[in-house]
Amino acid sequence: MAEMVCIVCPRGCRLTVDEASGAVTGNSCPRGEAYGRSEILDPRRVYTGTVRINGAALPRCPVKSSAPIKKPLIMDVSRQMDKVTLSSPVKRGDVAIKNVLGTGVDIIVTRDM
Amino acid sequence: MNWELIVIGAGPAGLAAALAAYDKGLRKIAVIERDRYAGGILNQCIHNGFGLHRFKEELTGPEYALRFIDRLKDTTIELICDTMVLHITADRQVHTVSAENGYQVYSADSIFLAMGCRERPRGAISIPGDRPAGVFTAGTAQRYINLEGYMCARRVVILGSGDIGLIMARRLTLEGAKVLCCVEIMPHSSGLARNISQCLKDFDIPLYLNHTVTEVTSANGRVSSVTVSEVDENRAPIPGTQKVFDCDTLLLSVGLIPENELSREAGIEIDPRTNGPVVYENMETSMPGVFAGGNVVHVHDLVDYVSEESARAGEGAAKYVLSGKTASNEVFIPITNGENVSYTVPQRVRPANVEGSIKLFFRVRNKLGASVIKVSDTSGRQLAAFRRVSMSPGEMENIFLPKDVFEKALGSLCVSASEA
Ligand SMILES: Cc1cc2nc3c(=O)[nH]c(=O)nc-3n(C[C@H](O)[C@H](O)[C@H](O)COP(=O)(O)OP(=O)(O)OC[C@H]3O[C@@H](n4cnc5c(N)ncnc54)[C@H](O)[C@@H]3O)c2cc1C
Ligand code: SF4
Repeated sequence: MAEMVCIVCPRGCRLTVDEASGAVTGNSCPRGEAYGRSEILDPRRVYTGTVRINGAALPRCPVKSSAPIKKPLIMDVSRQMDKVTLSSPVKRGDVAIKNVLGTGVDIIVTRDM
Repeated sequence: MNWELIVIGAGPAGLAAALAAYDKGLRKIAVIERDRYAGGILNQCIHNGFGLHRFKEELTGPEYALRFIDRLKDTTIELICDTMVLHITADRQVHTVSAENGYQVYSADSIFLAMGCRERPRGAISIPGDRPAGVFTAGTAQRYINLEGYMCARRVVILGSGDIGLIMARRLTLEGAKVLCCVEIMPHSSGLARNISQCLKDFDIPLYLNHTVTEVTSANGRVSSVTVSEVDENRAPIPGTQKVFDCDTLLLSVGLIPENELSREAGIEIDPRTNGPVVYENMETSMPGVFAGGNVVHVHDLVDYVSEESARAGEGAAKYVLSGKTASNEVFIPITNGENVSYTVPQRVRPANVEGSIKLFFRVRNKLGASVIKVSDTSGRQLAAFRRVSMSPGEMENIFLPKDVFEKALGSLCVSASEA
């Protein structure tokens, strides 16, 4: 049995997951069940960070991964941010890094700058 | 020019109130912001987790702010940035200063206070030791790293387990710093359980509950070590429990205080429990025609509630301006906090001004298991009750009270909570 806190919403339900069957208890909604199961099989997180930007009011532009990324890759993904410099103007949703580390996930801009 | 509504602060509270007032028919609305752009604190909160209640989507702070900023251009709302409000007066004059326009005084039929809150600085808590560089509040570090691109730490101890501190533990780790531990004097964290999990546990950062910082040493003017000790039940350090961490940075995440210099100076009644203005059911303050919402009223952990509360206040302001009068302040029901409850917002309800029901926000003082929330009047009669599976001081609670509760109440209403 694995115990964990569901991080999908601020309610933070305490989940218990049976590793063998994948059965989840303690969740208050179906998203919690999906989270509990994926946390055992293939834990993922949305990455958020910043990249350099030239010509904007501020020197950094916030970004996020367009989908959750395998948890063990998060530190490596974070190091990729140093390699990019954007030029103003950018709009939310613009791709800063395509297919980051071959994950099939893009790093996208989250602010208009 | 006379404005129908002047909003002070273009964070989520100010934007939601301006848009709601516009939707209710006001056209001459100005939003005054001291920063270069709208969005408030959300611009530096680049992590995701915003808007799940409101948009059923997980947005980052800047994305959440843009949902509101986008709507401004379809309205006549005027956003006045780079302008600081210095004073407000009872006849609703707003005194401002900016580099571009110098000293300006605007007048308005109504004012909405949305100045947010600021972090408790080091001076507000007492830490013995030197006063070197390398001691920041968590929000200051967040601003340096996320907006200005200035990496201000390498080896870090975090004092306090509020959400900003937890978020910064993860952020600093992702940027290559080593976060040694997070230290909390209370037996429980004041942050959300999800942030303990995704910001500390994910990166194996230890959380020391019942611990505090007992010494800070420095070398060459920068923090060089932080000593952490366990505390007893009176929160006094226990000798012999010291742990010394070599580090260059101490981050403080020890709470937020509503920013009410303007309100205090204007003579608006402040509630010592929240450090924010006392508000009525429509978020009007003790000064007629002056409304308030968001973190300036009480510290919120979820921006969704800030937007919702402030939209209600914006509607209240529109109603006030369009009808040309305020509800009489003479007949109101005071709401008091009973057992285990530390405050309520609103603090006063005028029954005649309630349409349908009132959403009442409060916090509990202690962690409670399965509990009952009771609402009773001065005669001791119970008028409403609600059940909860659990409650914690870190999470704001809310209940809906229908109009008839206020009509039936004798004297004041008291909200209390106890384990069932
Ligand atoms: C670091 C941090 C992390 C957070 N993380 C989350 C999260 O993960 N999820 C979530 O839902 N919520 C989170 N919150 C809470 C949420 O962001 C806040 O509750 C919300 O931003 C408060 O909105 P506000 O408009 O009241 O205040 P603010 O956003 O602080 O806006 C106040 C505005 O008023 C302006 N102002 C102040 N005084 C003056 C003056 N005299 N003249 C002109 N302008 C003035 C300020 O410049 C600012 O722009 C977080 C908050 C903080 C501080
Ligand atoms: S189980 Fe559902 S309600 Fe509970 S924390 Fe997860 S998403 Fe939120």
